[in-house]
Amino acid sequence: MDANDTVVFSYPRSLARTPTHYCPGCLHGVAHRLVAEAVDALGLRETTVGICPVGCSVLAYKYFDLDMVQASHGRAPAVATGIKRARPDLTCFTYQGDGDLASIGMAEIIHAANRNEPFTVIFYNNAIYGMTGGQMAPTTLVGMKTSTSPTGRDPVDRGAGYPIHMAELLNTLEGPVFIARQSLLSSKDILRARRVVQRAFTLQPKGFTFVELVGTCPTNWGMSPIEAREWAQKHMLEVFPIGVFRDREAPPAEGGQVKEG
Amino acid sequence: MEDKLLMKGSEAISEAAVRAGCRLFFGYPITPQNEIPEYMSKRLFEVGGQFVQAESEVAASNMCYGSAAVGHRVMTSSSSPGVTLKQEGLSYCAGSELPVVVVNVMRGGPGLGGIQPSQSDYFQATRPGHGDFRYVVIAPSTIQEAADLVMDAFDIADRYRNPVMVLADGLIGQMMEPVVFRNYERPEFDKSWACTGCGGREKNIVNSLYLDPKALEDHNHDIFRKYAEIEKTEVRVEEYLLDDAEVALAAYGTTARICKTAIHALRAEGYRVGLVRPITLWPFPYDVFRRVAGQVRFVLDVEMSMGQMIQDVRLGVVERCPIHFYGRVGGMVPAPGEIVQQVKSLLAE
Repeated sequence: MDANDTVVFSYPRSLARTPTHYCPGCLHGVAHRLVAEAVDALGLRETTVGICPVGCSVLAYKYFDLDMVQASHGRAPAVATGIKRARPDLTCFTYQGDGDLASIGMAEIIHAANRNEPFTVIFYNNAIYGMTGGQMAPTTLVGMKTSTSPTGRDPVDRGAGYPIHMAELLNTLEGPVFIARQSLLSSKDILRARRVVQRAFTLQPKGFTFVELVGTCPTNWGMSPIEAREWAQKHMLEVFPIGVFRDREAPPAEGGQVKEG
Repeated sequence: MEDKLLMKGSEAISEAAVRAGCRLFFGYPITPQNEIPEYMSKRLFEVGGQFVQAESEVAASNMCYGSAAVGHRVMTSSSSPGVTLKQEGLSYCAGSELPVVVVNVMRGGPGLGGIQPSQSDYFQATRPGHGDFRYVVIAPSTIQEAADLVMDAFDIADRYRNPVMVLADGLIGQMMEPVVFRNYERPEFDKSWACTGCGGREKNIVNSLYLDPKALEDHNHDIFRKYAEIEKTEVRVEEYLLDDAEVALAAYGTTARICKTAIHALRAEGYRVGLVRPITLWPFPYDVFRRVAGQVRFVLDVEMSMGQMIQDVRLGVVERCPIHFYGRVGGMVPAPGEIVQQVKSLLAE
């Protein structure tokens, strides 16, 4: 490399240089990268502990070049609580999917948020259980076919419930300092999500920070990666709108609404 | 030597933990152990520690997992139905090799059961949750012993990087007795495995997932090598008036104290009766039972359960002598007179 060359793209230091097991078109890799970039940008790599969930991202402890703790299903926010109460000087994030966070881990996420525990939650929402083979998730859209809702999620005749809106649900609590939902469905979306993830890590010393990332699961949706993104842009973002729901450190925009990140 | 204090069992257990360097406690209210979280919610903040009233016992045990993962001493407590919920976190702690101390102040079951003293969690304690794992189980029979054993529990947990359960019952938790806290000196333990940020070293991983069957088999063998060491070095048992005994009682915790009262009454009438009191329920003192079985006419196992420890007593005795059982359940505590009567009628048979 010449002295005159400019680096325009590089591998984040906090991402391990190892192949992942993620399927073609899966956006977990993008989400991992955004987390690693934020940790690097803020100079936190040597003092960060990440917590991986149960689900597709269970092996994230291999993919981040950071100290990593693997948690049982849904309990990552409790584990993070234990870490930050012992070592408030460390940076800590949980990386969780929709089954982990919004189903079996609902109690842990709600109460950690309510206590305003100072860690960052990265919530990858693709409306399905990926690792176990495409079962219905708490965020599965009404009518969406999965291996346990074979005729489509039916909240009325089959009592399968409605998609749970985690960002909005957490936004009813007094505790959290930052709550956002972003999309990974286009390059433009990813660039915006990158800023929001970094904002969450920046605000972590102030309290609980939460970023939901809308992604896809081409394999279990039975679509090509491109079809999956198009379908998600059309249907997922309607049910899970993008925005920064709360930023306690930002000046409020007109009408009391917080500006979009 | 410190002053003698009159303390409730739950509070002595809590104070002993603080004096052993525990600065983190995560718990959830359940009778009859509420005095432990109550004591910790005040005491830990006085010494620069942290207390969280968790949303559930499941969450509490996973909070312990987190604090242990960064190398800190941590404790949780509960009672029987709540300990069932803690089993998830304890299995993960065993799998990830994390030291945690958990106190179980047993109450009667099954289901919601009752709130009175019981010993019906012997199985749950010595044959714990999912997967091949063990935790050391220590069962105090006085408040003084509870205070001493809690300090030891933290050292054992750190030495083997494994959970340790202090198994008490509602009587130990609720009773008041004099306690002297010994001057505790904390040994040095290697915590270089802890996840404290990867500055200046390779990254650390705390994990119990091994998708490769061979790797998981090896991991199980590694853990069981530790357990073999524990079985060799950590067995604790009290042998009480056994030298001339023709009858051996077998009991632990509160029941063992009641047995001692019964033994004195029996000996006053000329019956030569002694007691084997396991202090560690795992590892279990099989060898002592094997030896005593060759000496006595029979063993009478006394528990506040339908008969749980008796399975381990059988494994120790191995048909060298008859084993009889006397149990009270549901919060009914056996009176010394009941045990005296049992021994007399068995001897008359």
